[in-house]
Amino acid sequence: MTITQDTQETQQPREDHDHVDNDHKPMGHGRMLRKEDPRFIRGLGQYCDDIQLTGMLHLAILRSPVAHARITSIDISAAQAHPKVRLVVTGAMLAEKGLAWMPTLSNDVQAVLATDKVRFQGQEVAFVVAEDRYAARDALELIDVDYEELTPVVDVRKALAPDAPVIRDDLEGKTDNHCFDWETGDKDATEAVFASADVVVTQDIVYPRVHPAPMETCGAVADFDRVSGKLTLWSTTQAPHAHRTLYAIVAGIPEHKIRVISPDIGGGFGNKVPIYPGYVCAIVGSLLTGKPVKWMEDRSENLVSTGFARDYVMRGEIAATKEGRILAIRTNVLADHGAFNGVASPVKYPAGFFGVFTGSYDIEAAYCHMTAVYTNKAPGGVAYACSFRITEAVYLVERLVDCLAYDLEMDPALLRRKNFIQPEQFPYTTKTGWVYDSGEYERALDLTLEIAGYDELRREQAEKRARGELMGIGVAFFTEAVGAGPRKDMDILGLGMADGCELRVHPTGKAVVRLSVQSQGQGHETTFAQIVAEEIGIPPEDIDVVHGDTDNTPFGLGTYGSRSTPVSGAAAALVARKVRDKARIIASGMLEVSVADLDWEKGSFHVKGDPGRSVTIQDIAMRAHGAGDLPEGVEGGLEAQICYNPDNLTYPFGAYLCVVDIDPGTAVVKVRRFVAVDDCGTRINPMIIEGQVHGGLTDGVGMALMEMISFDEDGTCLSSSFMDYLIPTALEVPHWETGHTVTPSPHHPIGAKGVGESATVGSPPAIVNAVIDALKPYGIRHADMPLTPSRVWDAMRGHATPPI
Amino acid sequence: MQVPAPFEYERATSVDHAIGLLERLGDEARLVAGGHSLIPMMKLRLTDLEYLIDINDLHDELGYVRMGTDEVRIGAMTRHRELLESAELAALFPIFADAEAVIADPVVRNRGTIGGSLCQADPSEDLSAVCTTLDASCVIQGSGGQRVVSMEDFHHGPYETAVGHDEMLIEIRIPVRSGGSSAYAKVERRAGDWAVTSVGSAVWMDGPVITAARVGLAAVGPNTTGIPAISEAMRGQVPSEELYARAGAIAAESCSPTTDNRGTADYKRHLADELTRRTLRRAVERITAGLEGDAATTHSNTNDSDGRA
Ligand SMILES: Cc1cc2nc3c(=O)[nH]c(=O)nc-3n(C[C@H](O)[C@H](O)[C@H](O)COP(=O)(O)OP(=O)(O)OC[C@H]3O[C@@H](n4cnc5c(N)ncnc54)[C@H](O)[C@@H]3O)c2cc1C
Repeated sequence: MTITQDTQETQQPREDHDHVDNDHKPMGHGRMLRKEDPRFIRGLGQYCDDIQLTGMLHLAILRSPVAHARITSIDISAAQAHPKVRLVVTGAMLAEKGLAWMPTLSNDVQAVLATDKVRFQGQEVAFVVAEDRYAARDALELIDVDYEELTPVVDVRKALAPDAPVIRDDLEGKTDNHCFDWETGDKDATEAVFASADVVVTQDIVYPRVHPAPMETCGAVADFDRVSGKLTLWSTTQAPHAHRTLYAIVAGIPEHKIRVISPDIGGGFGNKVPIYPGYVCAIVGSLLTGKPVKWMEDRSENLVSTGFARDYVMRGEIAATKEGRILAIRTNVLADHGAFNGVASPVKYPAGFFGVFTGSYDIEAAYCHMTAVYTNKAPGGVAYACSFRITEAVYLVERLVDCLAYDLEMDPALLRRKNFIQPEQFPYTTKTGWVYDSGEYERALDLTLEIAGYDELRREQAEKRARGELMGIGVAFFTEAVGAGPRKDMDILGLGMADGCELRVHPTGKAVVRLSVQSQGQGHETTFAQIVAEEIGIPPEDIDVVHGDTDNTPFGLGTYGSRSTPVSGAAAALVARKVRDKARIIASGMLEVSVADLDWEKGSFHVKGDPGRSVTIQDIAMRAHGAGDLPEGVEGGLEAQICYNPDNLTYPFGAYLCVVDIDPGTAVVKVRRFVAVDDCGTRINPMIIEGQVHGGLTDGVGMALMEMISFDEDGTCLSSSFMDYLIPTALEVPHWETGHTVTPSPHHPIGAKGVGESATVGSPPAIVNAVIDALKPYGIRHADMPLTPSRVWDAMRGHATPPI
Repeated sequence: MQVPAPFEYERATSVDHAIGLLERLGDEARLVAGGHSLIPMMKLRLTDLEYLIDINDLHDELGYVRMGTDEVRIGAMTRHRELLESAELAALFPIFADAEAVIADPVVRNRGTIGGSLCQADPSEDLSAVCTTLDASCVIQGSGGQRVVSMEDFHHGPYETAVGHDEMLIEIRIPVRSGGSSAYAKVERRAGDWAVTSVGSAVWMDGPVITAARVGLAAVGPNTTGIPAISEAMRGQVPSEELYARAGAIAAESCSPTTDNRGTADYKRHLADELTRRTLRRAVERITAGLEGDAATTHSNTNDSDGRA
């Protein structure tokens, strides 16, 4: 059965998990198989590493074995003598060309290759270009680097100690490891509320460093044509246009002479937003050899050197009445940004959108102060499906609410319901200045509790507790802020976060839509075809989606922070409407009536009151390109282009519930059930939404129970392979029980909100809350992730320790 | 993609051929069996070798589980999967099925071998603990002939065994004694991960009385003795929770875990205790169930669960 969902559709109790009938595809929104899957499931995707060019050379990077050291000498002569080596480049050689340093996306600089010092273990020191990838790796071992080791700064809490070595002595006048300070909310008002509140709960909470770990690591193929002066770069980027602009600025190649192609991408999760030294090295390699050069990092390189996520040490405080009315939230955050500030969020938001830490609650005051520091660790800071730090914000507030419930001995679901922002309060301005567009929180929570059978679960828990068994029920509610963003507020390196879209209908009524965003697995080729189909009545299978190629798509900022549907999706709907408006004029000529006398029914115009007199969109397309007359002033062709600048972010939300069982003897946590009700406004393809949710929930299990990038005291990364950095498998996750409500966004043309990161944001607190709930008999209010058996056992013995 | 340094490669066609190659090529040569330990190390360039001698063609010769009356013989090239799926082995030594179900994942189990596992001698390796528990011995062959060593003599320390560079492990022998059963339990952070701690137990009974017991631990320091103190404490006793607790306490005392990302030393010590109790209890339950039913039920009892604790 095919489900075509009305955009105004109201609450549907449960996800139906219906099979998709591929013979009856929806004309627009609805459940349908993904158009891209036939190539993926046949292994015929075309990823960066699949690109093979004639004469292509291979690049490998020599990385620092130590976290902090001065480079005293580099001897490359043996590597240069290797018979298959074409080029060896060091930082000093790049410095001669002014390319040793590059800007990051957050107004810092990062070394392409280290010149003076290495600042994290795994930092790029030199590169080799050779005839094959084996020779390139072999030659790395022939490079002799002398390091004079310096004391590394590993413990984030000691980064600002007066005697801490200065990591960033490359920055003029830098005398400490301070990166930035940031605050939001009203400090005095918050203090006043806290001073008079009945109850104040304070909790130290660490969100450890984790890694996006996409299946495909980062890489690039650079091909510089010395004759035309044009650089073509295939690269694993979530933002091809923004990258092109940056390359133009860094490398001095005119922007029209750079083509960035982002082919099939095997997962991004934010890991592929930054520009990495490897991309620049590949470009330099091709410029210097005149040959195409491929760089593909391996798994360890990806884990030790590319954009990590989180690493926030937070002190959270929540003030409430004794009846459980939440009054204020306050937090102080110490943020570890690694050796270079490589955060990829809108420039005016150095802490991303952490400001939404007030959550889904109607409170009186809020305040956050954050200090970010440099440490001798890999750079980055915002990545991993977090909607620019909302993962941290939601985790903080949802843990605090549970801590409050614990202290007040209240049911955590009830406590949340008591404090929700009410539907009539939207648009709701939070105490930190975010304008939530729409929401109906209680409805979503009630649906979750109903699907879960909450009361029954609590009864079961009581019985089990009486028998000494450990069962926990965790509830979490989140509001996300996605779809960056209004260009007046949001830009990355001066590039406004608006997105272009072009739609061209061919003479036979087939169409091509060109997007500025790039899919890394989200199913854009299907969703965007459906968005256009819904508006213009051409079947989704007749609409080709072109993306990921700066020469063939309009400008825009790319796919991350769940922004594709909120921004580009809006652009696609509006450009289709623009084409439809033109089609209407052509139809009026064909039917010889005025435009006002035409009615649109998905796919055709007919004369009002006379459905028999109609023309289809395909007829109109042929006429638009044909020989016949067009109405006065109408040009031929049927196409349009727009650039969409969103009014506001969109604010999807959801209510999650997790049930865990803990073995009291071994402290092993088993996630038994997980119920996720998501509201992302209008649902375009429910199957794709479910896929996004399933993936995000799995991410959440990973972060809550096992994932962490850790370091030893020398700053060596201890999580440099999938044997040490664990990501969950099918055996660690339960059957996902999903449901949804639909609260359309009032300002989005089709009422859609983003959903790509909702589950990653919402699931960790639900799981942690469940584990802590299970441990209630031990008198435990909090324990930090990752909740590995050993760490849970520590908590059970009253020794819960922060992971860093 | 991780790529190894250059090496020469040859496929051995017989045990003698393999040993001949090892002798001729010297200590820059290594055997590769399933490759699931060696090849990752080569790709990470953590191991230095010039010659790789592939012994997978010897699977016909060395891939077997032979059930004898006094002894079970397992060829060194027997794959994890074959051990997991052997019903005869499971009937006699359910510890194998328990352990194999929680070793790595199907991809690794399809190729990895018992010989490679024992010779790798990783401190967290599970089959060494299983073999220790069952008091197995190892048959090592060189150009001068064969020698048979106990697990205690086989295992020299982490990543070190009695197998000389020009020798090969060809067979594992496990004594068969009546009235026994066994069990294995492992705590891991995630399916497919190496053990935080694993424990294997084997118990032999005569009527209601325990005649012998052995315990093997993995991931908590060197351990190849079967823990004689546990055997002593249990011999002649009737099974009880107090007895399991005493054995668990001895296991915890007899190990030397270290703190790492898998867990703290204290936690691992606790697991040595907890899992010793669990596996002894299960082994005894299996013996009792086997006595109550006939031989066929002994087998079906092995399917009650895998070794994931
Ligand atoms: C992802 C992953 C997870 C794993 N998890 C576990 C786990 O939970 N528990 C566990 O116990 N193991 C685990 N392993 C290891 C797995 O069991 C390996 O297969 C095993 O350690 C080695 O067996 P192999 O046949 O692959 O040996 P190889 O890698 O081929 O060889 C290992 C070493 O033994 C030597 N060798 C091999 N055969 C012989 C022989 N007949 N005579 C002399 N020397 C020989 C080789 O020269 C080499 O030095 C895991 C491995 C992986 C990749």
